[in-house]
Amino acid sequence: MPEIKVDKLTKVFGRRPSQAVELLDEGKTKDEILEETGMTVGVNQASFEVYAGEVFVIMGLSGSGKSTLVRLLNRIIEPTAGDVWVGSENVADMSKENLRELRRKKMSMVFQNFALLPHKTIMENAEFGLEIQGIDKQERQEKAQESLELVGLGGYLTKYPHELSGGMQQRVGLARALANDPDILLMDEAFSALDPLIRKDMQNELMELQEDVNKTIVFITHDLDEALKIGDRIALMKDGSIVQVGTAEEILMQPADDYVRRFVEDVNLSKVLTAGHIMKRPETVHIDRGPNVALREMRRNGVSTVYVTGKGQKLLGYVTADDANEASKQEKSLQDILQEVPGVITADTLLDELFEPMNESGIPLAVIGEDDRLLGIVVRGAVIAALSGDDGVLNGNGGEEN
Amino acid sequence: MDRLFPKMPLDEWIVWGVDFLKENLRPFFDGVSSSLKWLTDHVIDLLSIGSPFILIVIIAALAWWISGWKLGIFTLIGLGIINNLGYWDDTITTLTLILVSVLIAIIIAIPIGVWMSQNQTAQTIISPILDFMQTMPAFVYLIPSVIFFGISVVPGIIATIIFSMPPAVRMTNLGIRQVDEELIEASNAYGATTWQRLRKVQVPLAMPNIMAGINQTIMLSLSMVVIASLVGAPGLGTIVYRAVTQVKVGVGFESGLALVILAMILDRITQGATKKTS
Repeated sequence: MPEIKVDKLTKVFGRRPSQAVELLDEGKTKDEILEETGMTVGVNQASFEVYAGEVFVIMGLSGSGKSTLVRLLNRIIEPTAGDVWVGSENVADMSKENLRELRRKKMSMVFQNFALLPHKTIMENAEFGLEIQGIDKQERQEKAQESLELVGLGGYLTKYPHELSGGMQQRVGLARALANDPDILLMDEAFSALDPLIRKDMQNELMELQEDVNKTIVFITHDLDEALKIGDRIALMKDGSIVQVGTAEEILMQPADDYVRRFVEDVNLSKVLTAGHIMKRPETVHIDRGPNVALREMRRNGVSTVYVTGKGQKLLGYVTADDANEASKQEKSLQDILQEVPGVITADTLLDELFEPMNESGIPLAVIGEDDRLLGIVVRGAVIAALSGDDGVLNGNGGEEN
Repeated sequence: MDRLFPKMPLDEWIVWGVDFLKENLRPFFDGVSSSLKWLTDHVIDLLSIGSPFILIVIIAALAWWISGWKLGIFTLIGLGIINNLGYWDDTITTLTLILVSVLIAIIIAIPIGVWMSQNQTAQTIISPILDFMQTMPAFVYLIPSVIFFGISVVPGIIATIIFSMPPAVRMTNLGIRQVDEELIEASNAYGATTWQRLRKVQVPLAMPNIMAGINQTIMLSLSMVVIASLVGAPGLGTIVYRAVTQVKVGVGFESGLALVILAMILDRITQGATKKTS
């Protein structure tokens, strides 16, 4: 069951929102409704699911409705229509008391400009959520300190927000959210106010932190690179509607429409796709077989080298067609003509890092996993095809031999 | 003068309304009157314990603590001059009138300001009333005040409260409304109740504005003190008023100077307090 299930969630700003909802049901667009009624559609019938423990990124340009959408999830903005299921409860029609309870215990929020209280210390800021819950001083100090240490600010408890850099302030914002120990974190453009280098650091730290805390994170951003980097899945928004939901690869390689295609066309694919995405199933020969088997394997696949494996697909080396031909005549074993693999890579190596080993090796690159197990091979053609946006080569669909 | 319609008898309506209130709310007005008299008398008594020098030193020390040594010295010299000129008792009376009116004004103003900030309808209704209170010539309040409370210190205090309250209401409202929207969202997102949000976020962050409003209230009440002497409020105002009617330029200047010194001290102390809260 998904942690959050959003169903046809709609927000209209204006005098008679219900009228606009009817028009939306009739299929009218945001612009048409604005012209006809003067009302603004903030979020238009958004539906998606967020699974427990995933980082779900909602991405869109400014004015796309992403910040409104995240505020509908905890009802800081009142939805006009639609449902937000969190577990078995519908946030959209829960009582004020239940809503408060949900905000206090289940969902915490991190804000773009940190939203720290300037007159309170770092410690008191991190305590804020617990203070609201009415937890006694000692317990909330312990928890606040714990979460401040988690974000690396254990030494700043008595400082004030203005004495800290932007990156550190946002860590306080994060610590405040984590101190409540919520299931769900809503992060609204959490890193957008930070300068680029700090921002990268924070993205990395969030990903590391997520390994430990394993929260369900809904992350809002206008930055595609950020979305691709931290998102397990990404929802792309335009004019209040969700245009596409999918993994980074799906969005990049199978854009749902022209808007998404234009959005992603400047992305440097070599920094997103990995060897795992484009490797193909390796043709191998077992070390116990003779050179003739190797030759036949090469002929069958139209290649001039083949990888040799041992027990459990363990990569041992490779042989060339010329050597195998010689060996066949002189009745040598594969062991005798085995050559060492020039360079191996792992499945999560980025394409960006493949160019150099690929240039040096001259044969397809071997992708290995644990215990030197051969998982696949990456051929030159697949790299080029993937970078040119051809999704046919993805996920081991194969590519042409070089 | 030509009229399209016969004159609207607004004056008669007001007289009727005032008479009606006077008849029916007699016990209320008497209660207010005697409590205010009691309060004023006791504050004057309190400030008159011991010799003037002790009080001067205490006020100077307070000024020093809140606004720094310069104001401390100024207070010491200024109050010393007032004492030397022989206006000490009247100054105490005037200070008391101001303290009592400002205290009551603040007690009424801040909750109204908070209410306005939370409720759009309240803001829409109260704003024009505040305009009315501030722009109606201050003398006019004295007339019904005298009718309700008689000639004494009380109508002066009431008129001062009405005249000086609006800035404190406005600045409280403004200060709370100016609190960063993201902080309001944050307190809502963490499940704060309206009361928690006000107490932990909005009012603390609005404090500099609220203090500026209180400063304005004090300044306005000072300007009301002279006017209030017309209906029998004692203190420096009475002396100024008498000096005017008897064309005593020397006395007029001396008592006026005492008011200026008092005003400067009160202004700088509250400004210092404003800085301390921000």
